[in-house]
Amino acid sequence: MSSFLLELSYLIGSITFVIGLKKLSHPESARQGNLLAAAGMGLAILGTILFHEHNGERIGNIGWIVLAVGIGTVVGWMAAMRVKMTAMPQMVSLFNGMGGACAAIISIVEYHSHPDGDALYLLVVFLGLIIGSVSFSGSMVAFGKLDEKIKDFSAKWLTVFNLALLAVIFIVLATAMVSPETFGPSVLWILLSLSLLYGVLFVMPIGGADMPVVISLLNSFTGMAAAFGGFLYHNQVMLTGGILVGSAGTILTVLMCTAMNRSLLNVIIGSFGGGGGTSAATKGDQTVKEINLTDTAILCSYASKVCIVPGYGLAVAQAQHICHDLEKQLEAKGVEVYYAIHPVAGRMPGHMNVLLAEADVPYPKLVEMEDANGMMNSTDVVIVVGANDVVNPSAKDDPGSPIFGMPVIEVWDAKNIIVMKRSMRSGYAGIENPLFFHAKTKMLFGDAKETLQKLVAEVKMA
Amino acid sequence: MDALASFFLENQHMVYIVVLSIFLGIEVISNVPAILHTPLMSGANAIHGVVIIGAIIVMGHASSDDYLALVLGFFAVVLGTLNVVGGFVVTNRMLEMFKKKK
Repeated sequence: MSSFLLELSYLIGSITFVIGLKKLSHPESARQGNLLAAAGMGLAILGTILFHEHNGERIGNIGWIVLAVGIGTVVGWMAAMRVKMTAMPQMVSLFNGMGGACAAIISIVEYHSHPDGDALYLLVVFLGLIIGSVSFSGSMVAFGKLDEKIKDFSAKWLTVFNLALLAVIFIVLATAMVSPETFGPSVLWILLSLSLLYGVLFVMPIGGADMPVVISLLNSFTGMAAAFGGFLYHNQVMLTGGILVGSAGTILTVLMCTAMNRSLLNVIIGSFGGGGGTSAATKGDQTVKEINLTDTAILCSYASKVCIVPGYGLAVAQAQHICHDLEKQLEAKGVEVYYAIHPVAGRMPGHMNVLLAEADVPYPKLVEMEDANGMMNSTDVVIVVGANDVVNPSAKDDPGSPIFGMPVIEVWDAKNIIVMKRSMRSGYAGIENPLFFHAKTKMLFGDAKETLQKLVAEVKMA
Repeated sequence: MDALASFFLENQHMVYIVVLSIFLGIEVISNVPAILHTPLMSGANAIHGVVIIGAIIVMGHASSDDYLALVLGFFAVVLGTLNVVGGFVVTNRMLEMFKKKK
């Protein structure tokens, strides 16, 4: 009876994962989907603690398990509730690393308890170990990079070195399969350290702007590691859950790459930023035109259609709410206001939507890039707030630019462009932006939040 | 080759689950609006926290004198729970903001 209840809890768990993921892909039902999957997870965990049997033995050490779950719940809950919305990508990366570490530890303990299993058993254990460790160390580096604790590091030899390292890992793995006595039990530690090293070196050279793609990729890695655990214990819910995330995560990674018009291989091997000396955009002596607050306020107040292009700078300055105030002031004057959202604005696809939704900006005002580009011709003023790479015309017309081919918001089709920026520094991808020198462009320098606050006051008076 | 064939025959149903789940994962995710990429990634991140079940099994069947298994198992359960709870809570926080106003 108890094994039936266990399998039933796993079946229900698996079904909630599928329905949950499906619901997560529609804005109206997303929240419900997340809660559904969480409930299914809770059920599967409870089922395991209550009903799991191995060779007729029930789960022991229940006190310790409950304590560990308790610690994890409290810490995880607090961390998730306290994190700022801007730091969300790091948090996801961190949690992903925890899952990877968990999978790796399971493999370590399994090997420790049954070092003499057959070759296929060992293969599953080792693959879980390798993928889990890569996911863990890679996620930690991605976390550090997004949190700006770790700088980009790239070198030509690193790509070659990484490929060699990967080859060594597979050779060690194959040797351990064919003749386990070559390395003896220490093979576990060899594979563990090589995989941890590979995870670090794999993420290290990848530019900060590509980090979301990497996190998504590592996310699907952890899914695979969980699935290997499922194989190990003949556990259906781990298997379906893991594989589902593995394949969905891979597709999501590809979708993100497509949004930036780059291939996955290009993201992993060709690192962004850095060099780029061949770009035609660096012409030197170009001058920028500045505009003051009053003129900006008047320009906007008497326009009939204003578009706001928000970028990560807006989020860092926590200026979403004031941005929403500006929108309300302008609307009160009969100006039509909309937001043009680039798919990768912020630090992750969809990140900007979350940030604006946090500031109560109504959902229909957020226009996706393709639709926004169609509306540019009829737009009088575009205000670019803290965005840079996503409005860079080089992506359209400079084949030498590292972001050439990436779809961008074509703000230069509008009648006036105002770029709000802290300084002339280049964007996250570290490349020059000719938009700032464009004939239609006027720069409004200053901190995004302060400038917007003053602008709102000016608009009130205008 | 023999080992592989017997592995396949023994674990046939698991192989089917893997293959069908791959297609299911692809099918479920396609046609997602870009605005939901982040919450979706975060939600998927929470779901692979299902690895915690493996950790509970390891911990639950470790004999009481096997300290390596007990200590590592304990850590694995903590980390797995972090992944699950943190993942779902973060996703929920993000999605809370998409709620329709009024």
